[in-house]
Amino acid sequence: MENLITLAFLVVKILVITHVLLGAVAYTVWLERKLIGRMQNRWGPTRVGPFGLLQPIADGIKFIVKEDLLPPGVNKPLFLLAPLLAVALGLTSLAVIPFGESITIAGHTEALQISGFMRADGSIFDANVGLLIILGVTSIGVYGIALAGWSSNSKYSLLGSLRASAQMISYELALGLSLVGVIIMSGSLSLRQIVDAQGGNILHWNFIGGWQFVAFFVYLIAAFAETNRIPFDLPEAETELVAGYHTEYSAMKFAMFFMAEYANMFTAACVATLLFLGGWHSPFEGISWIPAVPLPPIVGALVPVFWFALKIFFFIFFYIWVRGTLPRFRYDQLMAFGWKVLLPLAIANIIVTSALVAMNLAPIGPK
Amino acid sequence: MADNQLAPYLPILMQLLIAAGIGTGMIVLSAILGQRKYSRMKMQAYECGMTPTGDAQHRFSVKFYLVAMLFILFDVEAIFLIPWAVVYRDLLKIPGAGLFGFWEMMVYIGIVLVGFFYVWKKGVLDWNTPELSEGPNE
Amino acid sequence: MIHQALFFIFAAICVAGALNLLLQKHPISSALSLIVVMGSLALLYLLLGAQFVAAIQIIVYAGAIMVLFVFVIMLLNAGIEEHTEGSRIAVYFGVPAVAALVGMVLYVLLKTSHIEYQVQLGGFVKPTRDVAMLLFREYLLPFEVTSVLILIAIMGAVVLARREP
Repeated sequence: MENLITLAFLVVKILVITHVLLGAVAYTVWLERKLIGRMQNRWGPTRVGPFGLLQPIADGIKFIVKEDLLPPGVNKPLFLLAPLLAVALGLTSLAVIPFGESITIAGHTEALQISGFMRADGSIFDANVGLLIILGVTSIGVYGIALAGWSSNSKYSLLGSLRASAQMISYELALGLSLVGVIIMSGSLSLRQIVDAQGGNILHWNFIGGWQFVAFFVYLIAAFAETNRIPFDLPEAETELVAGYHTEYSAMKFAMFFMAEYANMFTAACVATLLFLGGWHSPFEGISWIPAVPLPPIVGALVPVFWFALKIFFFIFFYIWVRGTLPRFRYDQLMAFGWKVLLPLAIANIIVTSALVAMNLAPIGPK
Repeated sequence: MADNQLAPYLPILMQLLIAAGIGTGMIVLSAILGQRKYSRMKMQAYECGMTPTGDAQHRFSVKFYLVAMLFILFDVEAIFLIPWAVVYRDLLKIPGAGLFGFWEMMVYIGIVLVGFFYVWKKGVLDWNTPELSEGPNE
Repeated sequence: MIHQALFFIFAAICVAGALNLLLQKHPISSALSLIVVMGSLALLYLLLGAQFVAAIQIIVYAGAIMVLFVFVIMLLNAGIEEHTEGSRIAVYFGVPAVAALVGMVLYVLLKTSHIEYQVQLGGFVKPTRDVAMLLFREYLLPFEVTSVLILIAIMGAVVLARREP
């Protein structure tokens, strides 16, 4: 019986958090169009609702009622499976991500993390290898794009998906290796423990206090490539490949690839925040001369969530800003950059970090 | 449920199922509500408005294969680095071991780096060297 | 209870994936079945308490090695397999060999089923830390030798991909 109640809470938690993410995805598209518009001296969407705020809803309805094309010559099961795989895997990583401590509503305490559980003493435990699960889900995410291109039976799709897969696996290496320095600092693969090791103000975060700034930039660049964002959007380079791997897709299936891409952007931003920017900790935490404001417990529980969301927003803004600023890489430059610059940098970072820890120079560590 | 170490993995599985359910729902909804008008030209594979020429049955550069192969190998290397990073501080604390935990990994990384520089010198990492690439049609 | 249920579900998925791998005619369908097998194996490892191994199984096998398989199938544009009549050696040696294997597994199972020392699902959970400590202290030599293996494999891959002079 008790298990059933836990299970029911779990389902509610998953549904709420997943739909918050889907809403955030829809409004990130709006934000992107607005910001890019301003950067290019245009208005962006203005017609549907005030400031075009209802644009995502209009787009959603349009995607659903558009004709769902199934071109002849496609491999039908795989053609359907590819967008499904992309969306499902894009949303799965969300389960591991913690975004605060815990919240008590009407006497029931729930961890602010889908896969987090409360212990009897009030502490929270989450998946022991949470970070690896995100890496695993990311590595399987390649199939969504690979299958989309392969099953479409179109030259552009196939070229786009080959490029995308080669790019994603190349940058996945740099991405994985850039995390090793953080793991040395925190001595754990549980995302919650990694954040706990950075508890305190901005100087305690891995980005500064753990000397992981090189790793942070390697991660950030690799994450751009993993999510196929400009300047690494060669898989869908519209000037040469029409739309890359989703050329033959239409209606909702087409939109699903975008949802997956934006969900992956959020995951990458969450991981960057958790690993390098102290997760939900406030940059002013524990500074004695800032007066502590007494807050009601429910607001107090939501303040960390606010800091977490603010950091995520910073990354999302950065993604959009970069898109408005940089041109696209050439393919040989892209591959050379991943293998010859990012990979050696990530390995050098591991060597330097471990040497610093060996010499007892590392300021932060597991609690 | 409360103190079971494996408990946190169940929500991840459920999240995967629910996410797959949401995705399926989207496809089904769009298939039901979307209108359908058949037209022969529309159903052709897209090729910038031209009649498609040939099939999408090309063979591609062997470079792609090499990248995937190298990815596996360096991925295995990265996988060994992760548990090492987890226990690195503990390895340093073992009495009498000194910097053993540091050097054992440096030897390992060093050997793999030899392979990396071999690949670099062979030009595998340059995408446009003629020696290894095979062109789009063999 | 829930462990047993999950074990049987994923064991069934694993076997079904393996059968599908053999029955499918298109190489890409077979490759996808193999990914399903790898994934469900990871779940079985997890149920046995090996969290780290389960994650590695997904990252390396389902995420890296199978990407190479799918890549090669895409690159070669391999079509539907032609089914041959089946070789005679497979029938004359394969069938008895399979029978012998099944017999042996059954024998071992029946012989050990009453022993109390059994595999416990979910009852024995090892953190990554313990695996790592074993790997980097007691099994140091095998670990270091893997780097040489990786080095040789890198060279092998480059040599294989070279154009014949």
